[in-house]
Amino acid sequence: MSYMKEFTKGIIKENPNMVMLLGMCPTLAVTTMAVNGLGMGLSTTFVLVCSNVVISLIKKLIPSAVRLPCYIVVIAGFVTFVSLMLQAFIPALYSSLGMFLSLITVNCIILGRAEMFASKNKVLPSALDGLGMGLGFTLTLVLVGSIREIFGAGQWFGITVMPEVLEPMTLFILPAGGFFVLGAVIAIVNRIMKKKPREISCQNCPNAGNCYSGGCMQNQENGGNE
Amino acid sequence: MSKLIIEPSPHIRSAVTTQKIMLTVIIALLPALVASVVIFGLRALIMTVVCCACCVLFEWLTRKIMKRENTVGDLSAIVTGMLLSFNLPVTLPLYMAVIGCFVAIVIVKQFFGGLGKNFANPAITARIVLMLSFTSYMTSWAEPFYYNKGAEALTSSTPLAGGEAGLLDMFLGNTGGCLGETCALALIIGGIFLVITKVISPATPLCFIGTVFLLSLVSTGDITQATAAILSGGLMLGAIFMATDYATTPLTLPGKLIFGIGCGLITMLIRSFGTMPEGVSYSILLMNILTPIIDRFTVPKAFGAADKKRRVQDDK
Repeated sequence: MSYMKEFTKGIIKENPNMVMLLGMCPTLAVTTMAVNGLGMGLSTTFVLVCSNVVISLIKKLIPSAVRLPCYIVVIAGFVTFVSLMLQAFIPALYSSLGMFLSLITVNCIILGRAEMFASKNKVLPSALDGLGMGLGFTLTLVLVGSIREIFGAGQWFGITVMPEVLEPMTLFILPAGGFFVLGAVIAIVNRIMKKKPREISCQNCPNAGNCYSGGCMQNQENGGNE
Repeated sequence: MSKLIIEPSPHIRSAVTTQKIMLTVIIALLPALVASVVIFGLRALIMTVVCCACCVLFEWLTRKIMKRENTVGDLSAIVTGMLLSFNLPVTLPLYMAVIGCFVAIVIVKQFFGGLGKNFANPAITARIVLMLSFTSYMTSWAEPFYYNKGAEALTSSTPLAGGEAGLLDMFLGNTGGCLGETCALALIIGGIFLVITKVISPATPLCFIGTVFLLSLVSTGDITQATAAILSGGLMLGAIFMATDYATTPLTLPGKLIFGIGCGLITMLIRSFGTMPEGVSYSILLMNILTPIIDRFTVPKAFGAADKKRRVQDDK
């Protein structure tokens, strides 16, 4: 049951893109076409699962002072593997992803999951966590990529879907359109999840210790004045 | 005996309302509308009416969906619609103009909280979105009086994009271009009306146009070309009606001067060194973004207040 939870949390509830706002760079850069988003997402998922497994296996061996370089080395190894495989078998995707493929190494989702999850958990939960997070990432990329490709080029996975009388809006393909679409998608996801903007109450206020007005004062009085 | 009522400030209220200001701006835009109908024919009027209607509709719908009070009555949507249509070429398909209205009202204005809370000018931003999306449609300008000449005279270039035009033609609007931007005379009449009715301060437009004039005079050394530079493109329209928008430009006089000079500088940089033919809309958008910073540096000293250094010392 809890294994299932580790897997599903990454897809919507803790989606690395839309909820944690990690990995924005590839999300904006490669999503001009849905197929690019899919390729990028699956490559990242592969690296994420493998690096989570390996880091979870060797977590006792890594000295905590140099853990980040160690994680990066592990991740970079898998990224090299993925990029060589893509270059050999899907050269079209390799050339359209370009530099962003090697930049998976420094994708903060992977490093974040290594630091927050894999280094503290056993192998199987780590693998499931990586798979869930990776699929959540892929889902976002394909969603953003589809919206941008349909409105920006009138196509979806290369198939023309817009009637020809409507001119596609080039803006969606441009970087500015990426920001627009990502912002709108995040807003809609937050709306669906009924996530409210953070309220600043006295309990959550970072300055509560120094504040002597309103609720804090009452709390202090309740907490026993002299 | 009347009761003594105690209430917080402000105690002095002015009779000026948003609605009155917007109505004055609409009246000031009318000469340009008439000029554009004369120059570009009935389709110019249709375009303007469609833009205004769509802006009002989108404003009403968004406020309704967001469950906020209805603000259609303040007429600002009509001003946005008119300004947007003045920034479009007459041949643009109408559904693209509707997309522009959507961007202006829903994305730029209502997503940020409505009139007065938008950080960028809605009409300018919508124009830029359309420009980036439908570049070929947005840069095919109809020749003036094309409706008398038949279909072969459909496209011409503006003086900015290498077309030839005399100064008088440019002043009267007998050149290719967007709907409302060609006739400098009508725009200047509207601008003078706005200054007389104290709706806008002349500082920003004068600085904006003056900077462009001076810079092109220095760079070309020819007074005819410098005059042509201020009569061409959307400069008059942008300087008079868009760089003076209350919500998106600085409040104080020094701020307005900085805003105008900055706009002129960016316009000239884009016109001289950029790949795009026209820089007015980008310059106004960039300066809109800088407006909060300009406002922060030009805060006027309150009457009787101590200067900043002393206040800091007192706090310590």
